[in-house]
Amino acid sequence: MKKVGVLVFPGSNCDYDAYYAVKKVLKQEAEFIWHKDTKLRYYDAIIIPGGFSYGDYLRAGAIAQFSPIMERVIEFAENGKPVIGICNGFQILLEMDLLPGALITNDHLKFRCDDIYLKVTNNNTNFTSKFNKKQIIKLPIAHQSGNYYAEDKVIQKLEDENRIVFKYCDAEGQITEEANPNGSLKNIAGIINEEGNVLGMMPHPERAMEPILESTDGVAIFESLLEI
Amino acid sequence: MYKVEVIVNYKPGILNPEAKTINNALHSLGYDSIEGVKAGKFFELDFPEDMEESEVEKIADEVCDKLLSNPVIEDYTFKIAKES
Repeated sequence: MKKVGVLVFPGSNCDYDAYYAVKKVLKQEAEFIWHKDTKLRYYDAIIIPGGFSYGDYLRAGAIAQFSPIMERVIEFAENGKPVIGICNGFQILLEMDLLPGALITNDHLKFRCDDIYLKVTNNNTNFTSKFNKKQIIKLPIAHQSGNYYAEDKVIQKLEDENRIVFKYCDAEGQITEEANPNGSLKNIAGIINEEGNVLGMMPHPERAMEPILESTDGVAIFESLLEI
Repeated sequence: MYKVEVIVNYKPGILNPEAKTINNALHSLGYDSIEGVKAGKFFELDFPEDMEESEVEKIADEVCDKLLSNPVIEDYTFKIAKES
């Protein structure tokens, strides 16, 4: 039985979805971790869920990075344990410098809530091993600041090291401008750190876990993560 | 009291959709002479007057870098004024 910790900040709103995905769909253990906690119990993985931590004040994720628990999360990641940040969780990981780059306002300025297609551009990671090579998957997005930006040399490094894990694409897997829902450079939807144990992604796998949700493509990410 | 006025703005070359939209709105209102718009954030930090100005500057610089701006996408400037 694997055990997953789900961080909870004031303003998190996908925390229960992540908890449900682990506990009810995968039948593994899950526990909420309050952001004011200063100790971490044993976990096989930590999820930083989506939402609007601290109301997205200042910048999305800017204030959450300094919550007391985050020092333990940094240690957890530095010990090579898996951490996945989804949507606002991705924004927090970038603000914390656990991943490179930044997420700025969508190029069209709108909050976009939709089902989109992604190409799994690297299925040789802790988070995507259950996918086929270049598999096309469908996941929901719901964000206004999902426009991935990094300097050219950072993008180059991500590409050279095969650290771009998901790219926005169309239903046929073509990575086009039209399929890009937010203006992200290179259609980037998810990246991993150099060590490969920290993933940040804008789409919501925890919302695509059961047939009633019209996609179960999120399941493979959680199964890969927990090696089950 | 010291008043520190901080301006945080996007680095040159980084797409700022808000500024672009404001620019478009101004043009649609007929203000065609406006060639460009920048839109950033403004903060005012108050410090007690018995502090050394060098210390105020050091702390202001530190918080600008650490929290008020994201160095990946934003630059900051600040100026310190002493008010009685």
